[in-house]
Amino acid sequence: MLFEGQSALVTGASRGIGREIALHLAKNGANVAINYAGSEERALDVARECETYGVKAITVQANVADGKDVQDMVKVVLAEFGSLEILVNNAGITKDGLVMRMKEEDFDAVIDINLKGVFNCSKAVTRQMMKQRYGRIINISSVVGVLGNAGQVNYVASKAGVIGLTKSLARELANRNIHVNAVAPGFIETDMTDALSDEVKEAMLGQIPLGKLGSASDVANVVTFLASESAGYMTGQTLHVDGGMVM
Amino acid sequence: MAATLDRIAKIVSERLGVDESEVKPEATFKEDLGADSLDVVELVMELEDEFDLEISDEDAEKITTVGDVITYIDKQ
Repeated sequence: MLFEGQSALVTGASRGIGREIALHLAKNGANVAINYAGSEERALDVARECETYGVKAITVQANVADGKDVQDMVKVVLAEFGSLEILVNNAGITKDGLVMRMKEEDFDAVIDINLKGVFNCSKAVTRQMMKQRYGRIINISSVVGVLGNAGQVNYVASKAGVIGLTKSLARELANRNIHVNAVAPGFIETDMTDALSDEVKEAMLGQIPLGKLGSASDVANVVTFLASESAGYMTGQTLHVDGGMVM
Repeated sequence: MAATLDRIAKIVSERLGVDESEVKPEATFKEDLGADSLDVVELVMELEDEFDLEISDEDAEKITTVGDVITYIDKQ
């Protein structure tokens, strides 16, 4: 088993890409803590599904934008599992709109969860990982964090920020054997992309060299790789899982 | 004071891989004991645990020698 005896915390894991990441890590032997903000029932479903792989799984409610909430969450996870080797910062929201119509609250809300959430969670696990002299932090960015996207200045700023944060954290923690990498998914079939209009979807498809949408599993495979020993000589990187949109 | 030094010496020698006898009040963490900036942060966190206190960032920045830590802890 890839992650025998290891424990993982995945934020925003009640659905979409986060759910798939939690399942992949569980399938490969990691105990998994499933963080969620509001969807308790769905989080419990994910936990039950993780348990079918013979690992321990718990659900923990926390708003990643709230530092105190996050600290409490990490305490719960450590009390339950005793160690924490893998953190996947996946929780994210969108509040799209053209810049002239975007409210300041919509900008702040997206930055708070998507960017400050990564800071809060990474900070909260660093002490434990430094003591362990081992850790794998994987941050979920986005293709638009590199390409930019009209109508998403808040989301794009947060996802570009995640790439910068990843590089800085990687440099800070490298000599403690804590590796920090990012994954930038492209157009993936989830609730978040389902909400887009058919017109937008058609336009997106035209920009994907591989000519199809990705699946949450495509992203989870790469996260699994980065969390494993196979990626033992990589840190500070952003891997693009986007059908070739960025190259 | 001596008891405090002993407890600090134990933590510092484990963390930095130096002999406990090298952890003297006049020893500086960075030059004499070879700590890097992350080591100092880790040491501060461990000292907080060991002595059950919280060292503020401003105070932590002022700590350069083992003696500084002893003085700080005995003052609390």
